[in-house]
Amino acid sequence: MAEEKIIKKVATRESYGNALKELAEEFPNLVVLDADLAAATKTGIFKKAYPERHIDCGIAECNMVGIAAGLAAVGKIPFVSSFAMFAAGRAFEQVRNSVGYPHLNVKIGATHAGISVGEDGATHQCNEDLALMRTIPGMVVMCPSDDVEARAAVRAALEYEGPVYLRFGRAAVPVINDRPDYHFEIGKGTIVREGSDVTIVATGIGVDSALGAAKMLEKEGVNAEVVNICTIKPLDEELIVSSAKKTGKVVTVEEHSVIGGLGSAVCDALCKHYPVPVCKIGMQDVFGESGSAAALIEKYGLDAKGVYQTVKAFI
Amino acid sequence: MKNLELQKTANEVRKGIVTAVHGANAGHPGGSLSAADMFTFLYFEEMNIDPQNPQMEERDRFVLSKGHTAPGLYAALANRGFFPVEDLPTLRHLGSYLQGHPCIHIAGVDMSSGSLGQGISAAVGMALAAKLDGRTYRTYTMLGDGELEEGQVWEAAMFAGHRKLDNLCVIVDNNNLQIDGPISEVCSPYPIDKKFEAFNFHVIQIDAHDFDQIRAAFKEARETKGCPTCIIMHSLKGKGVSFMENNVDWHGKAPNDEEYAVAMADLEKIGEELEKAGE
Repeated sequence: MAEEKIIKKVATRESYGNALKELAEEFPNLVVLDADLAAATKTGIFKKAYPERHIDCGIAECNMVGIAAGLAAVGKIPFVSSFAMFAAGRAFEQVRNSVGYPHLNVKIGATHAGISVGEDGATHQCNEDLALMRTIPGMVVMCPSDDVEARAAVRAALEYEGPVYLRFGRAAVPVINDRPDYHFEIGKGTIVREGSDVTIVATGIGVDSALGAAKMLEKEGVNAEVVNICTIKPLDEELIVSSAKKTGKVVTVEEHSVIGGLGSAVCDALCKHYPVPVCKIGMQDVFGESGSAAALIEKYGLDAKGVYQTVKAFI
Repeated sequence: MKNLELQKTANEVRKGIVTAVHGANAGHPGGSLSAADMFTFLYFEEMNIDPQNPQMEERDRFVLSKGHTAPGLYAALANRGFFPVEDLPTLRHLGSYLQGHPCIHIAGVDMSSGSLGQGISAAVGMALAAKLDGRTYRTYTMLGDGELEEGQVWEAAMFAGHRKLDNLCVIVDNNNLQIDGPISEVCSPYPIDKKFEAFNFHVIQIDAHDFDQIRAAFKEARETKGCPTCIIMHSLKGKGVSFMENNVDWHGKAPNDEEYAVAMADLEKIGEELEKAGE
C-alpha cells in the first residue's frame, strides 16, 4: 500500500507502566503490586521512579490479590500486576471473593494476555480472562487497543471508584488512536470507521486487524463499519445495536476465546435488543501454542487478512 | 475490663452464637464457641474501636479469616453495640444483613471473608498500608487450624514475615477439629508454632479460655518489634455447650429446638455461677 506511512508501535504493557509512573504524583494513594514480574509487566518503570510505592509480593498471585484488597479497604488504590493467566486465572477466586464481593477499589493490570504472548505457549496464553472477569458482579473490564487508549484506560480506572480489570498485551502494536479529538470514557465504544454493509466490533489488537480488513473489503465494494470496544463491561450496547440496525450483520474480533468474551457480550446485547447474524472471530475453543506473536495471530485468523477472509465468507 | 466481666460478656456472646445459629437453622457453632472468649476480648478490651463510629479512620482492624465462624463475630459485635442483639436470629435469613459469612457492609466488619485462606492476605494488606503511611492502627486476623491447610495462608505468612509487619497479629484457633475429623488425621498442619517461626513470626501459645493469658499475649504482641506475632490459642471446640464440646458433629450444624433449650440452659447455668462468683 503506497500511502502507508511508518506507524509507531508500542506494547500496551509498556503504556501501562508509563501511565502508572505519569499518574503517581496526581494520585498519591496509588500503589503497585507485582508478583516477580515487574520487568515483564513494565511496572518496573513505576518501581524505578517510586520504589517505596512498589510492592513485590513474590511469586504468589493469590496472596497478592488479597493484599491488594486489604490495601484498598484502608484507602489505597492498588494496581495488581501479573500476567493475565495468573491475575485472572490462578487468582480468579481471590478476585471474586476478596475484591469483587466487597467491591473494593482494586485495579488489576493484567499483561501478556492472549496468544500474542507468543513463544511461551499455551500455558501462558490466557484466552479466558475476559470471560472470567465479566462474570464478577460490579467488575469493569477493559481491553485497550493501543498505547493512547491504554494510557487513557489507566487514568479512567484510577478516577473510577471500584474494581477494574485491565487487559494489556506483550507485543508491540500500532498506535491507532493518536488523534486530537480522542476522548476516552469507561463504557463508551467508538466508531473508528463508518460503514453500512457489515459491523466489525473489535477489542484490543483486534481493532487494528479490523481496520486493515475493512480496507481490503473496501476494494471489493464492501463498506465495513468498525467499532472499537475497549470496555467490554459495561458494554456500550447502544452503539453496537445502532450499528447492527444500520448494517444487519455483525462480526466480533478478539484475541480471546469466542466463549465468554467480547463476542458473547455482543451476542447477549443483540439477542436482547436487535437479533442479527453474528460471526465471532477469536480462539475457537482451542489452546494456543508456541510461535512468534505475528505467526500465531496469522495462524488463528486474527490478523487483517484473517479477519477479511472470515468477514467475506460471512457476508 | 475485669476477667469476671469478660467471662460474663463471653457467656452472653455464646448465647448469641447459639441463638443465631438456631435462628438460622444452619451455621457453625463449634468454632464460634471455641473463639468466643477471644472475640470478646478483642472487641471489649484489646481493639481500638467505636461502635458509634464503625468507620473510625484509625480504628484497629479485624479480619475473620475463618469466616464461617461469623456467628461468633456477630455476637461480639452485637453485644458491643454495633447492631441490636435482637437481630442475631435473622442470621442467614433472606433479606437479613447478617450474611452467612462476614460481609464488609455490616457495621463493624472490616473485610468480607469466608473463603478460607483469603482473610489473612487482606489483613496483611491492611497492616502493610499502615506501615507505608506511618499509621498507628493494628491489624488482627483469626484463622482456623484446619484453614492452615490452605496454601495462601503461607504465602501471606511469608510476605508478613519478610516485611516485618509487627503491627499484625495472627490468631490461630487451635481446637484441633475440622469437618472431616481431627486436623492431625485429615492433613496435619502441626507443628503450627514451628511453621510460623520459620516464616519469621514471634509465636505465643495460650489457653484460649484464660483471659489473663489472652491479655498477656496481646501485650507481648504489641511489644514485639521487627516481626509479626502469631498467637496460637488452644481451645475447646463447642466450649460452653455440653453436647457440643470437642464434638466435630457440631462444626457446622444448627441445634433443633430441644437441643437449643439444653444449650441455653448450659449457658444460663454458667452465667449463674459467674454471678455467684462475683458476690
